[in-house]
Amino acid sequence: MRLHKIDRDVGLFVITLLLLGGVALKFPDFITPRSLADLLDDTAILVLLALGQMLVLLTRAVDLSVAANLALTGMLVALLNQAHPGWGVLPVVILSPLIGALLGAFNGVLVWKLKIPSIVVTLGTLSVYRGAVYVASGGAWVNSNQMSESFLGFIRTQMLGLTVLSWLAVVGVILFALALRLSVTGRNFYAAGGNPGAATYAGIDVGWMQFLAFTASGAIAGLAGYLWVSRFAVAYTDVAQGFELQVIAACVIGGVSISGGVGTVAGVVLGALFLGIIKNALPLVGVSPFWQMAISGLVITIAVILNARGDHSSPRRILEEARP
Amino acid sequence: MSLSIEQLAADVRADREVHSARKRPFMRWEWLLLLVVLATFGLNSWASPYFLDPYTLSDLTYNFTEKAIVALPMALLIIAREIDISVAGIMALASVAMGMTAAAGYGLPAIVAMGVLAGLLCGALNGALVTLFKVPAIVATIGTMSLYRGIAYAVLGDKVLKAYPPDFAYFGQGYAFSLVSFELVLFLALALVSGIVLHFTVVGRRIVAIGSNPTAALFSGIRVERYRFWLFTLTGGAAGLASVLLTSRLGSTRPSIAVGWELDIITITILGGVSILGGKGSIVGVVLAALLMGLVTFGLGLLNVPGIVMSIVVGGLLIGVIALPILFRQMRAARRGT
Repeated sequence: MRLHKIDRDVGLFVITLLLLGGVALKFPDFITPRSLADLLDDTAILVLLALGQMLVLLTRAVDLSVAANLALTGMLVALLNQAHPGWGVLPVVILSPLIGALLGAFNGVLVWKLKIPSIVVTLGTLSVYRGAVYVASGGAWVNSNQMSESFLGFIRTQMLGLTVLSWLAVVGVILFALALRLSVTGRNFYAAGGNPGAATYAGIDVGWMQFLAFTASGAIAGLAGYLWVSRFAVAYTDVAQGFELQVIAACVIGGVSISGGVGTVAGVVLGALFLGIIKNALPLVGVSPFWQMAISGLVITIAVILNARGDHSSPRRILEEARP
Repeated sequence: MSLSIEQLAADVRADREVHSARKRPFMRWEWLLLLVVLATFGLNSWASPYFLDPYTLSDLTYNFTEKAIVALPMALLIIAREIDISVAGIMALASVAMGMTAAAGYGLPAIVAMGVLAGLLCGALNGALVTLFKVPAIVATIGTMSLYRGIAYAVLGDKVLKAYPPDFAYFGQGYAFSLVSFELVLFLALALVSGIVLHFTVVGRRIVAIGSNPTAALFSGIRVERYRFWLFTLTGGAAGLASVLLTSRLGSTRPSIAVGWELDIITITILGGVSILGGKGSIVGVVLAALLMGLVTFGLGLLNVPGIVMSIVVGGLLIGVIALPILFRQMRAARRGT
């Protein structure tokens, strides 16, 4: 089983390399260090969000509200920065994950304490958070000239050839890999989703693990809110609309099982990079931007078919219920 | 198929839950919904002097009929433990298919047939992914959602198709008699058929059986996968039909048509009391929920509340209506415990 999972990651790695190589064959500039650093910078937010989503998926739940959370937190910190440009970027970097964690914890409480299925909860909060962006901003945009220099500059600062944004993703990946492999809490996420009944008998509170997963996913989405708004230098109501599906797609391509308990950090990172490479390569190859959505849809569909082979849990639910 | 003790125990528990739900007062959820609908109706008439007017009320129905037509098969699908997130994508693709048929100079029947046929085909592909390739429905339809709408964008780009014949306007703008729209009559007819099928026929009972315990359903001789496939195809067909209505009402096709509708449609279904865990739900509930969504969004519209703020109310309604009864039950249980 374990070997099989590692094989899967290696397979995805090879496919990703082939994709990269295929593009590079025609456009050698695509794999210069500069261009690869840009690719990482461009995919960093997706990588971070996919890590948070993976935690939630591991516990047999799903978080559809991440993009709305991102938009709301991004708008709130942009407004804060606009009102107090002198405060610098530090309060924003501290506040954005906190606000996001609060929004995520709200999802978590509803799933944990009221036992409402996570699809229903996050479908609801997705609408509420998105609407709240409009209420907070009055429908107005926060543009780059209303953002302070440090707010915009922080994530673009170069360190050892990579931007701070890219480093955040790298650090996030390392932290997740270590925590999920070595810490008891990390293993408990797998146990809670892999077999909720057994987990409960082993003394793991499955609902609490779901709450933690939603809070973590929310915190990441909040931080990603600042990152997104700063990177694209604009905050408005429709920021990252529909991005939650790309995040889930990255997880699914990376081999995270929607029925819980299965998934690796390496797989998720590769899944996100895979989508990122396609997104960046298509305009280069001369494909009209209008084709992008169809092609990523096709890739996602093929990936899920390949993933599903051998994963025959027939009496499944839409989402497996993580109740002992 | 492998059967574990644990799975069996879980299934028995699930069955017990379903049975205990049956023992609760008849159609309790539907009565609660009806109360909320009436309250919203009252609130609307109190808040806006323009609300209680035959023309206003007739206009109101356009707010939910198209979504509700897709919510009906969606309810059957969710009762059978599946889900389709790609319905809005199907609507976009069906609309493009109709637009191209119209642009090629074909007549009204061909246009409508193309719309429904495109929907059926998309739904059948979803069904094949789930039954043949064993992809979980939520994952499969997240993929095809991008695929279908992506194809619509790829074909149309930033162009608009609007070479529709004048007669085409009837479906989305016509009235069956006096102020009752064609859309409303079609929806009520489909709701009646769905209600009869779900609650009074073998097919309907089998759908519920599949949703409450697929393993038991399979062992009692129900062709589970075949039902799943046809339910997806049916949902796709309904999305195609809804696309006919919406395209006719708007009079044009853009690739962004019906964007985000999947959430509204699923919200209507869940709000209607259909359990996302499968095996439970009624068509009366779905119809009431559709009416409620229409009333709330239309009422807020009359009060000049922007659409994006309405989404707060709709999302809050979804969570609130489901959370409050659970909260009350927990509080009552806690009081009894101490």
